[in-house]
Amino acid sequence: MLSIEGVTKHFGERQVLDDVGFTVGRGRLTGFVGGNGAGKTTTMRIMLGVLDADSGTVAIDGVPIGPADRRRFGYMPEERGLYPKMPVAEQVTYLARLHGVDRRTATTRTTELLERLELGAHATDPVEKLSLGNQQRVQVAAALAHRPEVLVLDEPFSGLDPMAVDTVLGVLRETAADGVPVLFSSHQLDVVERLCDDVVVIAGGRIRAAGPQDELRRNAGPAAWEILVADDVAWLRDEPGVTIRAFDGGYALFEADESVAQTVLQRAVARGGVASFGARVPRLSEVFTEVVR
Amino acid sequence: MSAVQRGILQRSTVDAVRLVTVREIQARLRSKAFVVSAVILLVMVVAGIVVAGIVGKSTANATTPVAVVSGVTLPSSDGLDVTRTSDRAAAEQLVRDGEVDAAIVPDGGQLGFRVVGLDSAPTDVVQALSVSPEVDLLDPGALPPGLVSLVGIAFGVVFFASAVTFGQSIAQSVVEEKSTRVVEILMAAIPARALLAGKVIGNSVMALGQIVAIAVAAAVALAVTGQDNLFTLLGPSALWFVGFFAVGFVLIAALFAASAALVSRQEDVGSVTTPVMMLLMIPYFLIVFAADDPTILGIMSYVPFSAPIGMPVRIFLGTAEWWEPLLSLVVVAASALVVVLLGARVYENALLRTGGRVKLAEAIRG
Repeated sequence: MLSIEGVTKHFGERQVLDDVGFTVGRGRLTGFVGGNGAGKTTTMRIMLGVLDADSGTVAIDGVPIGPADRRRFGYMPEERGLYPKMPVAEQVTYLARLHGVDRRTATTRTTELLERLELGAHATDPVEKLSLGNQQRVQVAAALAHRPEVLVLDEPFSGLDPMAVDTVLGVLRETAADGVPVLFSSHQLDVVERLCDDVVVIAGGRIRAAGPQDELRRNAGPAAWEILVADDVAWLRDEPGVTIRAFDGGYALFEADESVAQTVLQRAVARGGVASFGARVPRLSEVFTEVVR
Repeated sequence: MSAVQRGILQRSTVDAVRLVTVREIQARLRSKAFVVSAVILLVMVVAGIVVAGIVGKSTANATTPVAVVSGVTLPSSDGLDVTRTSDRAAAEQLVRDGEVDAAIVPDGGQLGFRVVGLDSAPTDVVQALSVSPEVDLLDPGALPPGLVSLVGIAFGVVFFASAVTFGQSIAQSVVEEKSTRVVEILMAAIPARALLAGKVIGNSVMALGQIVAIAVAAAVALAVTGQDNLFTLLGPSALWFVGFFAVGFVLIAALFAASAALVSRQEDVGSVTTPVMMLLMIPYFLIVFAADDPTILGIMSYVPFSAPIGMPVRIFLGTAEWWEPLLSLVVVAASALVVVLLGARVYENALLRTGGRVKLAEAIRG
């Protein structure tokens, strides 16, 4: 488990991180969401040791990490970057070797990974000759070739075409399944909602929410329910303890506690024609809007 | 950090430096511009020596063809290519035909012969036949002054050309990593100092390799063209030059790397490295215009930027005591160490700041 605790950071007079702390579990995809300038990239850079924190610690399984441990991290910075004139395979091998992998292993893994990312045909091309989407895939290969024990990716899906998103996603899932803590930031909340086991929300340099995605969503705001019946649900307005949030003919979205909701369901069944009834889990975007408010 | 962790880190840092060094060298060798310019510099040096050798030899062994009528006794035939003729008419005919430059014919005068030319007095022949008195010099100059300034300029050109070539290539490679943003991945994998060290070592090795190649090619060319005496004369100062260059270039490389780290675009490399270029040009101009001033040369031989030129020239002149190059080398090495440490700090602090130009004071403060 990767954990970050009590991290603060100033750039000059400006405080950009204030007591930031959260954990990234093994084998779990953790999404790191926040607006522009919220502190995502700074936090990730501190985790990677690219930037020094003013205070606070980064630890793996409770043991604070040093520069030697960080070489076992995989990192994909928001600002993508590779040597434009260096051939793809040579470049990925070189970066793996900088992380301490020996030459032969680095070469084998590079070949495997390029095949997996459908880049096998471009192995000897200079990076600058590749399409932008393929350059992104090389970037992913560069983050993975040394088989990192922790994977940190800053906006890994921005700039990817839909096919590449699926390929990269597959690779990330496999990596997480191997027990690697995977943290990635994104401002595309729908992507995070679709992919992530855990979510960390940051705003203004402070962590506003963190935990398993379903828990966060279920606990966000008052319980809400959706009902769809064959005829009109106007009668719902007169039910005690019910607050209607949306209403459209046979459909209603309403807030009520668990027991009131059960009563409503019984009434509806008695009236007949219930097409569906269920608890409505808020979208991640709603959770986000609420916690950063 | 535990001792074990520190041990791992040190070993991995050494590995990282080696990897970066090798990549720098490969990237340089892969650049056609670099290979071509290196070959041109080498060819120019060798060609210069060969041409100088041929010109020198032809003036030394030049002989003037003359026709000499039998019976004439010459005081000396040095520098003359003598063709014997039976009489004056035959000799004059050879002059008219252009076969010889002059005819030497019998004469009743004091010398017993006279010189016949075609349309002007043949001065070469007159000189060869003249008797000049022996001359003793009370204060002979050790070396011809022309040679001294030539050697100075040669050291100056080689130093300046190599320092600028490889200094600029360091600067460009630093900015390439910043402008392509690959630097962030690199910094996540290895310490910034390892990256800087690899760059400085890689380019220093290439620069030194070029200097040694030039020195060896020059030595071979001098030996082959029979200018061994010049070779013996130049040997010690050339060796010191290589030594001074090796240490001095590390200093220059650190300056180029630190300056380049302040900017993020290739277009800005020129302006940000201008101060370093100026520093390199000062000794170059001084050696061209003030090589004969012992005071200036003395100062130059101890100032870190100019010592790689100044001290070898003084060694060539024989005006340096045996301990002076050693002391100067210590001065250069010590200042290189200070500059490298300061440069590493600037480099480390400026590396992730992209966008505008980073102020030097900010980069030092961190």
